[in-house]
Amino acid sequence: MTDPTTAAAGTTATQDSQSYVVVPEHIEDAVKTGRPRSLASDAWRDLRRRPLFIIAGVVILLLVVVAVFPGWFTSADPNLKDLAHTREPPSADAWFGYDLQGRDVYARVIYGTRWSLLVGVGAAVLTVLLGSVLGILAGFAGGWVDGLLSRVGEIFFGLPFVLGAIVILTLFRNAGVGGAVPIVGVVVLSLAVLSWPVAMRIMRSAAIAAKQQDYVKAARALGARPARIVFRHLLPNCLAPVLVYATIALGAFIGAEATLSFLGIGLRDPAVSWGVMIADSRNFVRVAPHMLLFPAGFLTVTVLAFVMLGDAVREALDPKLR
Amino acid sequence: MTMSSGEAGLLSEPPLLEVDGLFVEFRTRDGVARVLNGVSYTVDAGETLAVLGESGSGKSVTAQAIMGILDVPPAVVTGGEIRYRGENLLAASEERRTEVRAQGIAMIFQDALSALNPVFTVGFQIEEQLRVRLGMTRKEARARAVELLDLVRIPHATRRVRQYPHEFSGGMRQRAMIAMSLALDPDVLIADEPTTALDVTVQAQIMDLLAEIQAERRMGLILITHDLGVVAEVADRISVMYAGRIVEHADAPSLYRRPGHPYTAALMDSLPRLDLKGAELNTIKGLPPSLLNIPPGCPFHPRCLMAQDLCRTDVPTGHRLGLGRTSACHFAEELVRSV
Amino acid sequence: MSESLATEPILQVRDLVKHFPVRVGVLFKHTIGHVRAVDGVSFDLHRGETLGVVGESGCGKSTLAQVLMRLEPPTSGSARFQGRDMFAMRGAELRRLRRSIQIVLQDPYTSLNPRMTVGDIVGEPFEIHPEVAPKGSRSAKVRDLLDVVGLNPEHLNRYPHQFSGGQRQRIGIARALALRPDVIICDEPVSALDVSIQAQVMNLLAELQSDFGLSYVFIAHDLSVVRHLSDRVAVMYLGKIAEIGTEDEIYDHPTHPYTQALLSAVPVADPTVRGQRQVIRLEGDVPSPVDPPSGCRFRTRCWKAQEICAESEPELATRGAGHPSACHFAEERSVVP
Repeated sequence: MTDPTTAAAGTTATQDSQSYVVVPEHIEDAVKTGRPRSLASDAWRDLRRRPLFIIAGVVILLLVVVAVFPGWFTSADPNLKDLAHTREPPSADAWFGYDLQGRDVYARVIYGTRWSLLVGVGAAVLTVLLGSVLGILAGFAGGWVDGLLSRVGEIFFGLPFVLGAIVILTLFRNAGVGGAVPIVGVVVLSLAVLSWPVAMRIMRSAAIAAKQQDYVKAARALGARPARIVFRHLLPNCLAPVLVYATIALGAFIGAEATLSFLGIGLRDPAVSWGVMIADSRNFVRVAPHMLLFPAGFLTVTVLAFVMLGDAVREALDPKLR
Repeated sequence: MTMSSGEAGLLSEPPLLEVDGLFVEFRTRDGVARVLNGVSYTVDAGETLAVLGESGSGKSVTAQAIMGILDVPPAVVTGGEIRYRGENLLAASEERRTEVRAQGIAMIFQDALSALNPVFTVGFQIEEQLRVRLGMTRKEARARAVELLDLVRIPHATRRVRQYPHEFSGGMRQRAMIAMSLALDPDVLIADEPTTALDVTVQAQIMDLLAEIQAERRMGLILITHDLGVVAEVADRISVMYAGRIVEHADAPSLYRRPGHPYTAALMDSLPRLDLKGAELNTIKGLPPSLLNIPPGCPFHPRCLMAQDLCRTDVPTGHRLGLGRTSACHFAEELVRSV
Repeated sequence: MSESLATEPILQVRDLVKHFPVRVGVLFKHTIGHVRAVDGVSFDLHRGETLGVVGESGCGKSTLAQVLMRLEPPTSGSARFQGRDMFAMRGAELRRLRRSIQIVLQDPYTSLNPRMTVGDIVGEPFEIHPEVAPKGSRSAKVRDLLDVVGLNPEHLNRYPHQFSGGQRQRIGIARALALRPDVIICDEPVSALDVSIQAQVMNLLAELQSDFGLSYVFIAHDLSVVRHLSDRVAVMYLGKIAEIGTEDEIYDHPTHPYTQALLSAVPVADPTVRGQRQVIRLEGDVPSPVDPPSGCRFRTRCWKAQEICAESEPELATRGAGHPSACHFAEERSVVP
């Protein structure tokens, strides 16, 4: 309360002071530039100055470009098998060498970016959507609705991840799901199904906290209907923690996909992802380490970039630090 | 030039606690906030000094600087001295500061619930100090803790000493905090808004208690508050703060009868009083300045009804208004004469 | 008939009770008791007047505000607005009622949605009640409201965190005023503000009352503040009204011991009256509202308590002093110097 830096803002003796309550100084600035300063734009200004965010942002941007336009980065075909080159180490022709079946590792890493990122982003989006909807419902409604949803969430939360993924994916595999896109879809689905409880919990506790705030009381006092309260008052104020979780989870999902592929139940031919590549390399790590090192390296850097991004966003959105 | 409150030079003994020309800055992302700009005041044994100011005036920061509990960084002490029994604490070693803290100068806070550790019993928190600093045994410490709780009028002290802070009511928690602060027999007690969060009937009990304890132990009491009523009831002398500066020192009756600074006068004018029923309240227009950008000259001039050109350029220094009275206003004498 | 309508109170509260159940249990919660927050409160509010409600923590005044605003359902009792039963209203009728009774909340830092612009905040009442202002005129009305509360209308695109506490409180007042209510319940509107800002906001409230013909229920714990704005005052203790009367009667001729103790405890900003005041100090703390004392609730801290106080609860009735007081031994005693 006595923190001087947050004490009432400044005054400047302007014409305003004659007829209106004098305006704090930083509003004067905004008047000059003509732009309002929302929490989001404040956060953006803050982020732009953080090195963590800039580095992470650049890396991710680069990866997105690679994912969307792999052709710009390599002219080789990731699925072209040439057994003559099997397990060859890096050379001038093939910067990352060749894998067991004679495929260009560099090209596979480049093309693999797309699927890895897609799985990560897709799973994150689906998890957040599912978790948020259920979380806000539970938090806002309270009572037995909350009790029921929380118990269901706890059950899913208790399922061991890898085991659960194996069960779900084997089910689909046996049902004969084939083709790159459906396989990715199934992987994304299984990741989301097993991870939504975390997002739900975050959203739920944010919703419960927001519900207690006086501005929600004021809205109810005005006669606002539940829909308005949820969408206008709760949602915008609960997004921040979920957003942060999403960026960090994204990295984790990419790693999870790699795990599933390693176990042989995730993506497989013809889809290429870093996970698939790591899986393929496991018997040859000692004789042809390049088969493992490059996809693993890309994976690590990507996950790290997303985690750093999440950290930076969390700090920027934290109102206590304003 | 900074103002000092006491009558220097005539006393052979230094005052018990003296803050002399203290400057503190807060280095923040948005710039440097000049939180304290030459604060000076003294307190002697057995007297009550009230430090009066609103939020942002720097009254709490001064107290934290005295106790050595400022967050450094972002806070930086850029000038001045804090003398306890003549010794400059700012130049002292960390060990010496720790020694003085709680044993020489103790502090109680506004929110007892956050000042008391919720996972330890009240007894433990009092006894800890006694065992660590005074080397008492467990039995001795326990006995002394019960004595202290009795002293602050907590009923059933032997039972209460084994309870946790959340089991106490608001008023009792505040008493427990007072008991803790007295454990090492300090010479000076700093009370930072001790009753702001309490109900008015409980506030009265606590203020009575503080006055009694202070009289008994001849402690110096620094009462930090924004409540003009509480100040009127207990203070011997008053230092009024605004924007990190002391704007007026005076004894209590003089201050209320004839305030010597426009800010003090305006503050008193804007109070609704229990015994007066007014139509419209007088207000102080505007807001306190941002400490990142204090106006030149007198910091109060943008809001002052008496402001002249001089006020915009020259920082007023202490004008003596009589025995022990000073005011940082170019027109202090006129103000006092006009009332 | 029009005469009786003119003198009929705008708000009539009778025997209002609100108990909160205390529930324990991990899986299945069961009720072990009730917090008797409001336990039988009755009063009238007349058009254009300010009724101050004072009391300390646990007296139930904030709960009273919640129940009157229909933010919490009452346990029992009635409240009539312009003669109509407020608690029986549902749906569209209830929404229409909300246009007539509004609230200003205590904390300027949490009472405004930090993600909405000030213009949106003050304009929201019009979105919820589109019949009050057709779309085109809303922006003008919002600017008008900001102007009326002393804020620059050009700032309607700013966010709450860019304003000071006092200004945020003004925004809250503008929001409450938007639908031109008849009654505004002020729940500790100045308690969180600095002294010099309090005066500004209080002047604003007084001005608005006379400009718009508002009636206020003014809830606060600061007795000086309450006296300044109120015509009549009710003193609450542990969920009940201890004493009610005009501000003159309560402050200068209090008859209930609790009122007297309360007034005696308020520090007066005048050092010359030190030692000359009637000092009444209460022992101990307020009892828990879960288990209030039998009979008169104040008896555990009252210096006049006798056997009868434990046996029978004193009614809030006029006892010789001219205004109602809930004490068997109500006696006038002037405490304010």
